[in-house]
Amino acid sequence: MASSFTRILSSKRNVGILSLVGGSVAAGFLLHREHVTAGEPLRRRYPASAEYPDLRKHNNCMASHLTPAIYAKLCDKATPNGYTLDQAIQTGVDNPGHPFIKTVGLVAGDEESYEVFAELLDPVIKERHNGYDPRAMKHPTDLNASKIQSGVFDERYVLSSRVRTGRSIRGLSLPPACTRAERREVERVVVDALSGLKGDLAGKYYSLTVMTEKEQQQLIDDHFLFDKPVSPLLTCAGMARDWPDARGIWHNNEKTFLIWINEEDHTRVISMEKGGNMKRVFERFCRGLKEVERLIQERGWEFMWNERLGYILTCPSNLGTGLRAGVHVKLPRLSKDPRFGKILDNLRLQKRGTGGVDTAAVGGTFDISNLDRLGQSEVQLVQTVIDGVNYLVECEKRLEKGQDIKVPAPIKQF
Amino acid sequence: KAIMPFGNTHNNFKLNYKVEEEFPDLSKHNNHMAKVLTKDIYAKLRDKQTPSGYTLDDVIQTGVDNPGHPFIMTVGCVAGDEESYEIFKELLDPIISDRHGGYKPTDKHKTDLNFENLKGGDDLDPNYVLSSRVRTGRSIKGYTLPPHNSRGERRAIEKLAVEALTSLDGEFKGKYYPLKSMTDAEQEQLISDHFLFDKPVSPLLTCAGMARDWPDGRGIWADEEDHLRVISMQKGGNMREVFRRFCVGLQKIEEIFKKHNHGFMWNEHLGYILTCPSNLGTGLRGGVHVKLPKLSTHPKFEEILTRLRLQKRGTGGVDTASVGGVFDISNADRLGSSEVEQVQLVVDGVKLMVEMEKKLEKGEAIDGMIPAQ
Repeated sequence: MASSFTRILSSKRNVGILSLVGGSVAAGFLLHREHVTAGEPLRRRYPASAEYPDLRKHNNCMASHLTPAIYAKLCDKATPNGYTLDQAIQTGVDNPGHPFIKTVGLVAGDEESYEVFAELLDPVIKERHNGYDPRAMKHPTDLNASKIQSGVFDERYVLSSRVRTGRSIRGLSLPPACTRAERREVERVVVDALSGLKGDLAGKYYSLTVMTEKEQQQLIDDHFLFDKPVSPLLTCAGMARDWPDARGIWHNNEKTFLIWINEEDHTRVISMEKGGNMKRVFERFCRGLKEVERLIQERGWEFMWNERLGYILTCPSNLGTGLRAGVHVKLPRLSKDPRFGKILDNLRLQKRGTGGVDTAAVGGTFDISNLDRLGQSEVQLVQTVIDGVNYLVECEKRLEKGQDIKVPAPIKQF
Repeated sequence: KAIMPFGNTHNNFKLNYKVEEEFPDLSKHNNHMAKVLTKDIYAKLRDKQTPSGYTLDDVIQTGVDNPGHPFIMTVGCVAGDEESYEIFKELLDPIISDRHGGYKPTDKHKTDLNFENLKGGDDLDPNYVLSSRVRTGRSIKGYTLPPHNSRGERRAIEKLAVEALTSLDGEFKGKYYPLKSMTDAEQEQLISDHFLFDKPVSPLLTCAGMARDWPDGRGIWADEEDHLRVISMQKGGNMREVFRRFCVGLQKIEEIFKKHNHGFMWNEHLGYILTCPSNLGTGLRGGVHVKLPKLSTHPKFEEILTRLRLQKRGTGGVDTASVGGVFDISNADRLGSSEVEQVQLVVDGVKLMVEMEKKLEKGEAIDGMIPAQ
């Protein structure tokens, strides 16, 4: 038996032999095939060390944590839908750094990405979310707007108030990985649910593919329209594929509650108003979100959420609450004070230009919002913004009167 | 269970959805892919993949993301490997036919890199012809193409290409400049020599995945849209010399790759296999920068070009417009005629157009010189 086996093994013909003939032991063997059957991938394979990206000139969270060892461990894994590590990190490989902020440098293709690639994602999450440890901590969710104290700002300083978050539909892949059919299904599920909103939340959907010129202009004037992403942070992650298929904007008739469909996340939910009534903005935000959730649950769907990471979104920076609550506020004097940065830090706030994350401030008017997303609840974060903005406006008033200001003690985080 | 790496679990997962649900919306599109792709073809090919895992959706993504181009009718699809042209032939053959003047699946393409077969070409008037250039691409057999290759593979291609090229000597001796470790001084020099290529910004290329991991594995001599782009050029009008150096250099390079057991991708139907179907055949673009301020404003300019089987571009390349009456004039065909034949068309055509320009300068008519259909 041994000699016939050796003869088979040494034959030059590359044939798959499925059973060993003869003897009392029948065994199945598959010899190495040179010509594979259709559908079975045969591809030149390189060791992980040959595939490991060159990150020496990179400065993003992914590059800070992706060691050759972690890469080797995760590079041949895939989520059940087939999303891989290389896909997750592509945006960070292609975009070494950003002038204003340290970017995350990776995205999730689906809910399972956060589990399958946890070895890389957990330290990235910890760095990005200021020490929140997904392996040890739980994230609190609280959308009870009645707990908010004060929250109506001085409108001589605060020009507008806004709260946004995102929600993903469980069971469908996220924008970096979704197929056209999945993306269309997200649109269908969400638009169907939104059509059930009533009262001050009742509204209309504008699909990007069938929008009229007039509708488009109106949405631009209202500052509602989102564009095809041009930022390479998004395009390199595959989020602009098939544009504008299955993308659209929904807003209520009063133009105070707005939902983006299939841009950087399945949905982005925005509540906003001119002026300083952050309390009302947040109240509508919570009410709207809970209604939408009820409506999709009626239809058998739910949002992606777990107690380790809170609401699951495409970018790890938006985990937890995914919430950014902010105001456009005039701080011409305070912003020139050398202590401005430290004051913001201690209040756990961040500044942006009024054009959004990639812009600089114009004319002393800033976008001020919460720094944190994960580890604190929605109510806690909005309260932090309210308290912080009140403090900033106080400082501005004091500086106007020629009085001095104090840097507040740093707020405890978690 | 996923077969990793490069398993195609994701494509199999898509098959859970019906054809109608996955079929792209091409109603606003105007490229070759959009004209050819029907739901039937999509249904037939969507569950297929090449041995390296390239799928139909990979092939067409760039065409879905880029509905049309203002100056040219784009192809709207790319190959991820040599086998793409086989596995997806039901889509690619009609596209190749549309793009290459009716080229049939049964046609054979001839290769002729014997520069001695070129007649003339050494006497284009340097007062009009500012520079001459011949370029082509080559793909190295056994590797996947830029839309699909991984970092490991791209680096292996770079390594092999550099080994081959640094073994060249005589008039072909040279140096490799890897993009990622180029000094500022080297970069300046390469820019002023018009050698440096930039990270692709055209969405035609970025949507096909060709800019991934930039600048890893890229350098001058290797790897932009194709594994290798080979360019011979010089100032003035001696196209004959440019073509000679092109042919000799290419053949030397090919010999070296063959010695390393990696010849170029080629077959007798499609000629040289490249990433974009528009570059199949010779992959050759032979052209000049030529001053034609009067001829270019003549009402019959486009027609003259068509009859001469030439095309015009701006001096910045395919996506640009001309500046100051200086045009980039090159052969329009790639597949179905040989290298010598295509360069001959350029030589003869440019010579004629310079004569026409001179006539127009003197205020004379050129109608008698326009070639018959």
